[in-house]
Amino acid sequence: MVEVSRKPKGFVTINQERCKGCGFCVEFCPTNVLQLSQEYNSHGYHYPIAQAPEKCSGCDQCGAYCPDFAVLGSRNNNKK
Amino acid sequence: MTESCVAEPTNSVIEESPTESIPATEEAACTHLEDFLRMDRIPHIWCPGCGIGTSVNSFLRAVIDSKIPQNKLCIVSGIGCTGRVAGYINVDSFHTTHGRAIPFATGLKLANPELMVVVYSGDGDLTAIGGNHLVHAARRNIDIKVICVNNFIYSMTGGQAAPTTPAGTIASTTPYGYFENQLNLPQFLEACGAVYIARWTTFHVRQIQKAVCECFKKKGFTFIEVIAPCPTLYGRRNEYRTGLDEMKMFKEKSKIKNNIDTREATLIPGQEIVVGKFVDRERPNFLDSMDEHYGRVLGDAYKPYTGAIA
Repeated sequence: MVEVSRKPKGFVTINQERCKGCGFCVEFCPTNVLQLSQEYNSHGYHYPIAQAPEKCSGCDQCGAYCPDFAVLGSRNNNKK
Repeated sequence: MTESCVAEPTNSVIEESPTESIPATEEAACTHLEDFLRMDRIPHIWCPGCGIGTSVNSFLRAVIDSKIPQNKLCIVSGIGCTGRVAGYINVDSFHTTHGRAIPFATGLKLANPELMVVVYSGDGDLTAIGGNHLVHAARRNIDIKVICVNNFIYSMTGGQAAPTTPAGTIASTTPYGYFENQLNLPQFLEACGAVYIARWTTFHVRQIQKAVCECFKKKGFTFIEVIAPCPTLYGRRNEYRTGLDEMKMFKEKSKIKNNIDTREATLIPGQEIVVGKFVDRERPNFLDSMDEHYGRVLGDAYKPYTGAIA
C-alpha cells in the first residue's frame, strides 16, 4: 500500500510580537488553521498559533486581514 | 526570507506526521509589505480590532500589484486616526493640517503631474472639516485618488458624532442617539463629478485591493469609501464589543450591488450595508481640459502644461 502524501499546500508565518490579538485571522481563515494562544506576548496580547497547520492552503487570507502586518500565509511549491 | 524558515520536505511521501516540516510560529519578520512600511514606527498606534490597518494592508498589496514605482507615489493624509497612515507608509508622504489633505494633494499633482497622488484620510477629515475641498476637487476632476476610511465617528478626538454617523447611533456627544441625516458619500461624490466611486468594508479585503488597482489605472478623481470598525469609540457603545464583532456584522449585513443608483446605496450598520463599485465613467480631467481649452482659445501661443517642475 502506497499512502498518498497529504503534504500541506501552504504554511503560515506569524510574528508574535507585532500581534495585537484582534482575532481577524482566526475568524476569517477559510480552513480554520489558526487559534488564539493561551500565552501572552510581551505587550499582553494573545497571539494566534497554527493549531492545524496541515489544513493550511496558503491562501494568505489571514495575511490580507491582519491590521498589524504580523501574519503571512505562503504556498509550498509542491510539485504535482 | 520565509523560505529560510521552512525545512523543505525532500520526498513527496510523508509517513507519519505531515506537519513536522511546518513552522507554527516565527519570530522573524514575515511580510513582503515591509518594503513599503516605515518599520521603525511599527507597531502602529491603532487599537486592537481597528480596521484602518487592514485597509492599509489591502492598499499596499494593490500598490505592489500595480507596480507603481515607490518614488512616483505620494500619500497625503489629514488629521485623525486615518491621518496617521502617511506616517507609516514608506513613500513620499505628507501629514497635512485638518481637512486640507485634498488642497495639498491638488497642489502636489498640479506642480508635478507625473506623480500618483493618493489622499488617504478619514471621514471626519475629508467630508466634515474638508468637505468643501472634496466637493471642488471632484467637480474639477483633479487626478487624485481618494481613499476615505469611514468609521462613522471622529475617533481620534473622542468619539463625537460626525456627518457620516448613522441615525440612531450613540456617540460620545449624543448619549441618547443621533437624529440627524447621514451623508451618503457615494451619492454625494457622484453629484460632484467623481469618475470612480466604490464602497467596501474592511471585510472585503480583496475587493479593496482590486478597487485600488482600478483607481490607479483611471485618470481623474476617484473615490473609495472603506467602512472600518472602530471598537474603542463606536462599536463599544453600539452593540459591537470588539472589532471582530463589527467585522462579523459587516460580513453578515453587507450586500454587493455593483452599478446601482447611488441613491439606493444605503449604509445602515446592523441592517443593510450596500457595497460595490457604483460609478465608473469617463470625464476629461482638470489638466486635459485646461490644455484643450487654452489650446483652442490661444492657438499656437499656448504650450501644453507639463508641470511647474522642469
